Amino acid sequence: MTQATSTQSQSAGTPAIEAKQVHKAFGDLHVLKGVDLTVQPGTVTVILGPSGSGKSTFLRLINQLETLTGGEIDVDGEMIGYRWEGEGAKRHLQTLNDKQVAAQRAKLGMVFQKFNLFPHMTALENVMEAPVHVKRMDKKEARTLAIRELERVGLGERLDYYPAQLSGGQQQRVAIARALAMQPEIMLFDEPTSALDPELVGEVLTVMRSLADGGMTMVVVTHEIGFAREVADQIVFMDGGKVVEQGGPDIIDHPQEPRFQDFLQHVL
Amino acid sequence: MPHHVMEDGEGLPVPNRIVAKPVRKTGQIVAAVIVALLAAMLLHGLITNPRFEWNVVWKYLFNERVLSGVGYTLLLTVISMVVAIILAVILAIMRKSVNPVLRGVSWFFIWFFRGTPVYTQLVFWGLFAVLIPKLSLGIPFTSIEFWSVDSKTVITAFNAAWIGLALNEAAYLSEIVRAGLEAVDPGQTEAAQALGMKRAQIMRRVVLPQAMRIIIPPTGNETIGMLKTTSLVLAVPFTLELQFATNAIANRIYKPIPLLLVAAIWYLFITSIMMVLQSRLEKHFGKGYEARPVGSSAKTPLPGKTDGEPKDDVAKTNEAIFTGLNA
Repeated sequence: MTQATSTQSQSAGTPAIEAKQVHKAFGDLHVLKGVDLTVQPGTVTVILGPSGSGKSTFLRLINQLETLTGGEIDVDGEMIGYRWEGEGAKRHLQTLNDKQVAAQRAKLGMVFQKFNLFPHMTALENVMEAPVHVKRMDKKEARTLAIRELERVGLGERLDYYPAQLSGGQQQRVAIARALAMQPEIMLFDEPTSALDPELVGEVLTVMRSLADGGMTMVVVTHEIGFAREVADQIVFMDGGKVVEQGGPDIIDHPQEPRFQDFLQHVL
Repeated sequence: MPHHVMEDGEGLPVPNRIVAKPVRKTGQIVAAVIVALLAAMLLHGLITNPRFEWNVVWKYLFNERVLSGVGYTLLLTVISMVVAIILAVILAIMRKSVNPVLRGVSWFFIWFFRGTPVYTQLVFWGLFAVLIPKLSLGIPFTSIEFWSVDSKTVITAFNAAWIGLALNEAAYLSEIVRAGLEAVDPGQTEAAQALGMKRAQIMRRVVLPQAMRIIIPPTGNETIGMLKTTSLVLAVPFTLELQFATNAIANRIYKPIPLLLVAAIWYLFITSIMMVLQSRLEKHFGKGYEARPVGSSAKTPLPGKTDGEPKDDVAKTNEAIFTGLNA
C-alpha cells in the first residue's frame, strides 16, 4: 500500500532509515546512548559489535519490538511509533495505536536469530500466514506467492514440512521467505546465523547475498566478517551503546578506532 | 501400549552384525504372574460375593431412569465444560490484557468463583429466582428500564445447574489457559508482530493453537472431574442426573451397594470414552511437534526409546540426514 509513496520519496533522496540521537534504557540500564544512523535505499548496512553493545536492541527499535526512550527513527521519511499533533503550544507526540504500528511494520521484514517459525504450521503455511491474514490476499494467490518465495530460498521441495522436520539452516531460509512474502521494502536481520551449526551458515548467507544483489535494502546484525566485507555498502561498529566507527567495507581492513581494531582481532 | 522395537539398521549390509541373547527379563515374568494372580483373586471375589448382588446391578444397569440420568450427566458435563472453556479463554486473555480494567475484572472473577465452595454457589443459583425475582436491563438508581424478564422462566433448575458449574469451572480453567499462554515462546509473538499481525490475530492464529497443546491434558482432567462434580447439582436442586437417579432407586428398594456399582460402571464407561477423545485432540494440536524421521511414515519410537522421549533424537537424525543432503 506504501509502494507509490515510497518510490516518490526514494526519488526525492529520502533515506530508507534515519535514526537521530536514539536512546534506549531498560530500567536503569542505558543500552543505547545517542545512536545516529542513515541507511540509503538499496544498500546493505552491517552492524558489528561485541555482545551487549546494543546492536540487536537498535534493530528491534526499528521494528518497534521495543519502544524508544529518546530520539527519533524515520522509516521511509515517516516517523515510527508516534506522530505530532496539535499546533503551537499544544503540539505534542501522540503514540500510534496497534493498527497504525502494524501498518508501519509491514514495510519492514525481520529475521530472528532463533528463526521463530510457527511450529504448528508447515513451511508453506508459515509463509502464507501474513499475506492471507494481514494483507487479506486470496488463499490461492498467497499459495502461489509462498511457493515462489520458498523456491527462491531453495526450499521448493520442503513445502509441507513442519519446522521440527527441517534443519536449522532450512528453518532460517523459511523464515526469510516468510518475511519476503510480505514484500517489505527493508529487511532486518538479527544475527541470522548465530544459532546455526557452522556447516549450515553458508546456505543462509548465500540467500542473503542474492537478496542484496537484487537491490534489497538490508540492515544486518552479524558476526560474519567475511559476509560484511563482501556484501556491505556500509559498516557500523557499535560498542557501549554508541556508534564507534562507521564507513565503507574497507574499514574492516583499516580500522581506525582502537576498540574496533581490538574487536576485529578477536573475531577474525 | 505394545512397544515394538525395530532391529537397528534392518536391511542394511552390516557384516559383523551382533546376534546375542537379550538380558533375561525375570522381573517382568515374576511381576506378570503376581499381578495375574491378584487380578484373578479380585475378580473371583467380586463375582462370587453375594453382597454385591450382581443380578440387581444387571437389572438396573439399563433402567430407564438410570439411562436418562446418564444422559443428563453427560449433557450437564458437556454444556458446562463448553461454556467454561470459552469463558476461561476470555478470562485468561483479559488477565494478560494491556487494559487494567479487564485485568481487574478477570482477577475478581477468579478470586470469587475459586474462593467459594461450588456447593454454595449451586445453592445460590438454585435460589436465584427467590433472591432476585426479576431480571431487568436499565439505568441503575432510576426507574428507566429497557427490558425485563421473570427470573423463574430463565433460571430453571437445569439452567441454574450448568451455569453454577460452568462459572466455577471457568475460574479454575482460566488459570490453566493462562499457564498455557505463558508457556508459548515470546519470540512467536515477536515474529507475528514483525509480520504486521495485530494483537487479536496473534492470539488467535499463533499463540492459542500452541498453548492448546499444553492446555488439553489438564483440561481433560478437569472434564473428567466435572463429570463427577455434576452429582453436586442436587444442591440446586436438580434431580435427574446419574448419581441422584441411582440413589433414588437405591433408597426405594433398600439396595445401596448394587446401585452405587451401576453409577460407578457408567462413570467409568463415560470416562473411558472421554480419554479416547482427549488423546485424539492431543494428536490434533500436537501436529508439527512430533517430528518424524525423514523418508519414513513409521511412528515407531527410536530403538531404546519410549514413546515420550524420541523427539530430540529424531531432530538430530533429521539434521544429520539434511547435512548429508546439503553437503
